[in-house]
Formats: sequence, structure tokens, C-alpha cells
Amino acid sequence: MKTTTLNVGSASPAAEPQQDSRKGGKRKTSRINRFMVSPSVLVLALWMVIPLSMTIYFSLIRYNLLYPGDNEFVGLENFRFFVTDFGFMAGMSNTLMLVGAVLLITVVLGVLISLLINQAFWGQGIVRILLISPFFIMPTVNALIWKNLLLHPVSGVFAAIWKFFGATPIDWFSEFPLFSIIMIVSWQWLPFAILLLMTALQSLDQEQQEAARLDGAGPWALFFHLTLPHLARPIAVVVMIETIFLLSIFAEIFTTTGGGPGYETTNLAYLIYSQALLQFDVGLASAGGLIAVVLANIAAFFLVRLIGKSLTEKQ
Amino acid sequence: MLSLKQRRSLNTLLMGVLAWGVALAIFFPIFWMLLTSFKTEIDAFATPPQLFFSPTLENYTLVNERSDYLHFAWNSVVVSFGSTIIGMMLAVPAAYSMAFFETKRTKGTLLWMLSTKMLPPVGVLVPIYLLFKDTGLLDTKTGLVIIYTLINLPIMIWMAYTYFKEIPKEVLEAARMDGSTLFQEIWRVLLPMSKGGLAATVLLSLILSWNEAFWSLNLTASEAAPLTALIASYSSPEGLFWAKLSAVSTLACAPILIFGWISQKQLVRGLSFGAVK
Repeated sequence: MKTTTLNVGSASPAAEPQQDSRKGGKRKTSRINRFMVSPSVLVLALWMVIPLSMTIYFSLIRYNLLYPGDNEFVGLENFRFFVTDFGFMAGMSNTLMLVGAVLLITVVLGVLISLLINQAFWGQGIVRILLISPFFIMPTVNALIWKNLLLHPVSGVFAAIWKFFGATPIDWFSEFPLFSIIMIVSWQWLPFAILLLMTALQSLDQEQQEAARLDGAGPWALFFHLTLPHLARPIAVVVMIETIFLLSIFAEIFTTTGGGPGYETTNLAYLIYSQALLQFDVGLASAGGLIAVVLANIAAFFLVRLIGKSLTEKQ
Repeated sequence: MLSLKQRRSLNTLLMGVLAWGVALAIFFPIFWMLLTSFKTEIDAFATPPQLFFSPTLENYTLVNERSDYLHFAWNSVVVSFGSTIIGMMLAVPAAYSMAFFETKRTKGTLLWMLSTKMLPPVGVLVPIYLLFKDTGLLDTKTGLVIIYTLINLPIMIWMAYTYFKEIPKEVLEAARMDGSTLFQEIWRVLLPMSKGGLAATVLLSLILSWNEAFWSLNLTASEAAPLTALIASYSSPEGLFWAKLSAVSTLACAPILIFGWISQKQLVRGLSFGAVK
């Protein structure tokens, strides 16, 4: 790529001296080429700067849509209110629980299942298709199918299974609300882990595996010394990308529990939504939004470093 | 005593059976949704749940009269295709430029684009809502197209970029030497060479827009509401229309499920921002 830039930049006269007119055209083209990235940069910059600076501004003033006109500067008061509100601690701990539990479930099961399907057996292609399917189901469908058809305490499939074994059916969404949310979100994101890890496993060096096996390495040694190190980076990618999306889980909560009972399934995203669009407190919601941005940035920091590293390795 | 070979093939068989068991368990909710969509409402709510019943198609025929399914489906189609087309028009030139005319800033630009994806939607929900309210974009398809284009653009650029990177630069240079214009170079050389990758990019963008359920729930009411919002409206407790919910859900998910199956291998790249291939 360096040679191209040089060639174009200095328009090296040695190359084809007879095509001077075309050379001029080429130089202009390459400048255009470099600027073809600008529209994307521009719209993304606007998308970042305008709403975010508005959020920062709103977070510093008193601003409730129910009381228009009363917009004085209040400093960090919105942040103080947001952080000391009872919902905040619940929202924070639910967010962390949700992200942590779903990550644990999807990564552990994801590794096990992708190992399981990484060997030849009858119908492998169909099994893969079945396994990745939940990822393509829209979140609102996921939530309602689970809530009604599967987890319903009377007519749900789980209730029937419980009864079959002589146990009392569980009213999942009132007895274990957060666990139920974790379950349905994990169902949706497990295929993502499987999809990435399965692909990563396909590039595992088979000859190296075979050689290690011939040297007498057992399945555990193979797993811990060859497979797991090979999967380290894809696992890190899964963790980081899921974290970004799981921090903002919204539709699954909106359609099942509405954050309740009490604050039991209210995560940060849902808390901010309810303050903004249910209580119309723009200032408070903006302060909460900024806290969510900071949290996501902590996760993003590591992701960008990770992917940045792979970007340089590729060359 | 089994020989080593026999033990190995028995092992493979058991693993296969286990894999099928896991796959069927994970797929079960989708299968059950499909099954329920062919039940009457009474069968759908029966205790215990019925595996065998006399199937009916009435849910599918009733769905449109009851909930104006086509209106919401049309909104989903317009919004996903609209944002995908605009997104590709922005992403292809950007990825082309960064893949073939790399400068010192290219890597930084790519990472910065990725970082815009990290902005949690709740962080900008309030200003976007108010801006949309003031400009009349609230509950319009145009509004959703703008948002979806912006949130999917980084992924599309990354995906196209990693595919373009695999094309030897010499091919494009040769076309340029032969005197093709920029447009010809992209249209006749670059696009045909990367059509598989770009098709996957289009599919990923369609899937993500079709299933998006934060902005669609917050920014639309009825006029521009896509299928995600229609299905959310079934969450209200009054009236248990499980069979109809299942029929609507099946219709809403089927096309995307098929897209996902077709492009599963290529999607990995887009979903992992090129880190896993």
C-alpha cells in the first residue's frame, strides 16, 4: 500500500512517461478516493457530538417536561439526585448481575457446545442452524414467547414439566424475576457465542492437535493447553461485544416485567427510560444517561484496544 | 471389551446424540412458537400444553384483520431496506477509501467508528427524543431510517473493509491503468469481486434493523411502528391471544431467520468487527 501512495504522491515520471495527461487525472482521483471516507465520518461525528453535548447540557439544568420554562442551572444536582435515588443502587446491581450472569452462562455453555459440535457427526449442518437460530429472533418475540408459552405458571411448558415430575410449577416472573430475564437474554445471546467460537475452532491447527495426541496428551491437557489458548481471543471478543449490548438491555424488560416487581428487574437503561419518558424528568434522565455512557466507555476501552491489536496483527 | 476403534466410533455416536439433544432443546422455543401458531386459542392455552391437536390456519388469516399486520410489516420493510441502502451508499465508498488508500489516520478512524457503536442508546435517548419531537420526526419512518443508518454504519464499514482488504490492490491498479474512471473501477471491478462479502453486509444490516427494539419502541407510536413494536403491544395483560401472538411472531421472524441461516458464516466477521473470521 505504501508503494501506491508513493507512486501517486510523486507521480513517478519513470513509470509511463507517455501517459502524462492520465497521470494528472490519477492524482486527482486519489485525492477524491481519500475523501470518500468523509461523509461517513461526518455523519458519525454529528451523531456523537450533537446528542451527547445536549445530554451534558440537560444534565446540568433543571428540566422537566411537565414544568416548562423553569430551566435554571443546577450544577451537579441532577447527578446527586440520580445517584442517591433508591432506584439507582437497584439499577446498578441489576445491570451488573444481568451482564455478569449472561456472560458467564453464554461463554461457558458457548465453549462447551462449540466443542461438542466441532467434530463430524450426522446432521452437523442442521444442528448448527438450530443452535444459532435464537440470535435472529427479535427481542420482543423472544420475551413474549418465553413469558407466555414457556414460563407461564399454569399453561406454560415449564409448568407442565414441573408437574410431570410432581413438583409445584413456579411463577417465574414473580418469584424469580431477574433470573427469568437472565434466562431469556442468555437464550438469545448463547448462539452469538456459539457462532463466534465455532468459527474460531475451525481455524484450530488440526495437525498440532494430532501431534499432541500422539505424544500422549489426554483430552484435558489438549483442552487446556491447545484449545483454550486458541479460543482466548474470540472469548475476549464475545465478552466485550456482549457487554456493550447487555449494558443496554431494554426490550426484554419492557415487554415482560416493566422493571418490576418494585425495582427488581430495573436495569440502568430501563431506569433512565422511565425517568425520561414516564416521569418526563429530562435533567435527571440525562444525568443517568451520562453515567451509562461512562460505564459503557470503561467496557469499550478494552474492546477497542483488543480489536486495535488484531488490526495491526493482520498486516 | 471394545476395541479402540469401536470405542471411538461409539464415542462419536454419543457426542452426536448429545449435540442433537442440545440443539433441539435450544431450538425448542422457536419450534413451540411455530406449533402454537397453528392452534386455536383454546388449544394454545390448554393445560397441560398440547403436542397433538387439529391444526388450523385461522390465526394467520385473522392476524391481518385484528392487528393490521401488513401496516407494521411494511414499516419494517421500509425502515430496514431504507437504512441498509443509505448505509451501503455511505459504507462502500468509506471502506474502499480506507482499504485501498490507507493513510496514517486510517486505523484511528476505523477504531473511532467502532467506538461510536459503544455509545449506549439511553445516553442519547432524551436529546434524540426531543429533537425528533421538535422536527416532527417522531413516529415517522424517516426518523427510524436515520437512526438505524447511524447505528449500523460502523458495522457495515468494518465488514466491507475486511472484505475489501482481501482483494489484491494490483487488480484495481490495473483497471486504473487501463483508464477506467473511479466509478467504473468500483462498479465493474471492486463490487463484482466482493459481492459475497457485500451481500453478507447487506444481510447483517437488514437483520439488525429488522430486530432493533430500543429506538423502535421509544420513537414510534402507531404510524411508523415496525413489527418489534407490534409484538410488544401483545404484552398487555388483557386478552390472552397466544395463538395469534405466535402467528404474528412466526411471520415476523421467518424472513430474518432464513437470512441468518444463509449468511451465518459471513456474519461472524461483521458481528466481531473483523476480529473473528
